[in-house]
Amino acid sequence: MTDVAALPPDPLAREVWVILGASSAVARAFSRGVAPDADLLLCGRDMDDLGRMAGDLRVRHDCRAEAVNFNATDYDSHCGLVERAAAFAGRGRLNLFIAFGDMPEQTEIDNDFALARRTVETNYLGAVSVLSRFAPRLEAQGGGSVVVLGSVAGDRGRLKNYVYGSAKAGLHAYVQGYRARMHRAGVHVMTVKPGFLDTAMTWSLGKLPMAMQPDAFAATIMKHLKAKRDVVYVPWPWLGIMTIIRTVPERVFKRTNI
Amino acid sequence: MSTSPWRDVSLTGWGRTARADSKAARPERQSALRAALESSNGKPVLAFGAGRSYGDAALNSGGYALLTERLDRLISFDSATGELVAEPGVTFETLMRVLLPRGWLVPVTPGTAFATLGGAVANDVHGKNQEAAGNFSDHLQWIEVLTAKGEVVRASAQENADLFAATVGGIGLTGIITALSLRLQRVPGNAAMVKLRRLPDLDAVVEGLTTPHPDTPYSVAWIDALAGGRNLGRGVLELAAPAEEPLPEQAVKARGLPVDLPGFVLSGPTVRAFNEMYWRRVPAGGTERPTHWRSFLYPLDAIHQWNRMYGKAGFHQFQCVVPQDEAPAAVRGLLETLGKAGRASFLAVLKAMGREGRGDLSFSMPGLTLAVDIPNRPGVDELLTRLERQTLDAGGRVYLAKDSHLSPDGFRAMYPRLAGFQAALKKWDPDGKFMSDMARRLKIREGGAA
Repeated sequence: MTDVAALPPDPLAREVWVILGASSAVARAFSRGVAPDADLLLCGRDMDDLGRMAGDLRVRHDCRAEAVNFNATDYDSHCGLVERAAAFAGRGRLNLFIAFGDMPEQTEIDNDFALARRTVETNYLGAVSVLSRFAPRLEAQGGGSVVVLGSVAGDRGRLKNYVYGSAKAGLHAYVQGYRARMHRAGVHVMTVKPGFLDTAMTWSLGKLPMAMQPDAFAATIMKHLKAKRDVVYVPWPWLGIMTIIRTVPERVFKRTNI
Repeated sequence: MSTSPWRDVSLTGWGRTARADSKAARPERQSALRAALESSNGKPVLAFGAGRSYGDAALNSGGYALLTERLDRLISFDSATGELVAEPGVTFETLMRVLLPRGWLVPVTPGTAFATLGGAVANDVHGKNQEAAGNFSDHLQWIEVLTAKGEVVRASAQENADLFAATVGGIGLTGIITALSLRLQRVPGNAAMVKLRRLPDLDAVVEGLTTPHPDTPYSVAWIDALAGGRNLGRGVLELAAPAEEPLPEQAVKARGLPVDLPGFVLSGPTVRAFNEMYWRRVPAGGTERPTHWRSFLYPLDAIHQWNRMYGKAGFHQFQCVVPQDEAPAAVRGLLETLGKAGRASFLAVLKAMGREGRGDLSFSMPGLTLAVDIPNRPGVDELLTRLERQTLDAGGRVYLAKDSHLSPDGFRAMYPRLAGFQAALKKWDPDGKFMSDMARRLKIREGGAA
């Protein structure tokens, strides 16, 4: 296997996006958004779906696209993933899109530590593992972008999903430090905090106010990437909503059902 | 995710006369589709694509709707053979955008690019080139269907031929299409060379459509449905073939119709004036010009939600085909009935058909097909009943993709291969898991096939 740090990226080679958690509607939209100018490695567990998606990107955009098996909590496998991504990228520059996650019902988590553990491991440890394993390669290439999907749920612990929220809060803090580290190497790291999106996750909740379509979400992220933003709320009104929610005093907030 | 895949929705057909309250799931991948089907708890299920069927063919009141819009992947494309494998939620619009610039055209397409490929299979749609190219199913290599037993079964003319014949044109009653393989057609560019001729009456239009025109595989006639007397059936004949020279690409900018139009907009005088203008816009000597495939194949798509033109009450579309020998007289009779009823309809469309479809319930037969919009106003029932009667008397049939009014008896008389369809359903969906408002109305599953 090639030493990942040995090859400097070729500025003329195509960008490479490694999409982790590639089966979600958001990841699909983002993949289609960048595919005109990039090659893609789609990572996830549903290989049948990823195979279809890779085919779709190849047909629509004439790019290279491959599907790779990836499990967020199989930490030991993540080193192999980095090698695979490096081999796929060749001398192209690597970029990461971290979209995997798991959000069980809080009421179920309350009675089941295994579920709590899975939630924290998938949303937090899985991301820490992937990001830290890719770090040397990203630093060596001295550029590129990392997009991490956090959540507004991580801005304040809530009665209705505090285990998930705490994992995302941990992730936000981790990414802040990671951003500082990568900044020194010229790598841009962006935290995205999505509000309501019109995806499978929110479908059964009925029609939600301001629910954004995945392709509009992806387009907005791409715009923020160009502007090299650090932390973005999408759709943007969520910045205001979360600012208010964060400032409600705890003695009041603990009584609410928000 | 442990949450339910279902939520309450209210769906309507494109004509907005038929409505249904259902529970709907919108799977984003195949595993979610299978999971949704499994969680339907014995209630009737039906796939719902882009909602471009006019009547109740895609509706399932009180049951479960599986929305296919996010199953929209182009799985593979072979640029040597033109063979495309795709998911059912892919629209013709996507194929126009992705593959036409590379020189590939869908060989058969319905009149709107917003329809899905799954819907095109389920209705075995035809285009303006039916005589030359047949139906959509004539270009399918195979389909894969998620059946009532939860299995994905591949079907083609050779493999599981009974399932294939029941699924193409089978208005969703055999299962959910999960993938299909379609052969596209090579074209030199993005345009068609369209010849327009202004014709004074029905005889001239019918002659124009039925005279062999091997160099122009596409033919359609727009008829002024309000013209009577000597002018009855006057229209504009369009003949087209792929153009050698491409046109400069134009930005696709569809305008929306943001509100329902008030009734007076479509009153008799307005429509009469519009039709007069439409007819006169073609010079007496005819004209010939290159036209983007998009504009030629999908003239109405330039206005999103054009169905709002007919106001809140909506409209019916009546489309029938009548066999060759009876065709001129039958079409004349239908136009006279429409004229007498004084229905302000924009334009009627007349096309020639050359062959039967491959499906048990395929609509096509050699002859002429007439399509006309009918605003939903008092008296529309009687009118549609009369049109059904006349179609039946001429040995023709009504197109299920457009229908919301046909009677069970009329349906049985028009679709002689129903027994084969019922036999296939008995085998592939013995408990009647897949159901639609149309199937209930027409009693499609009842009787026959002992």
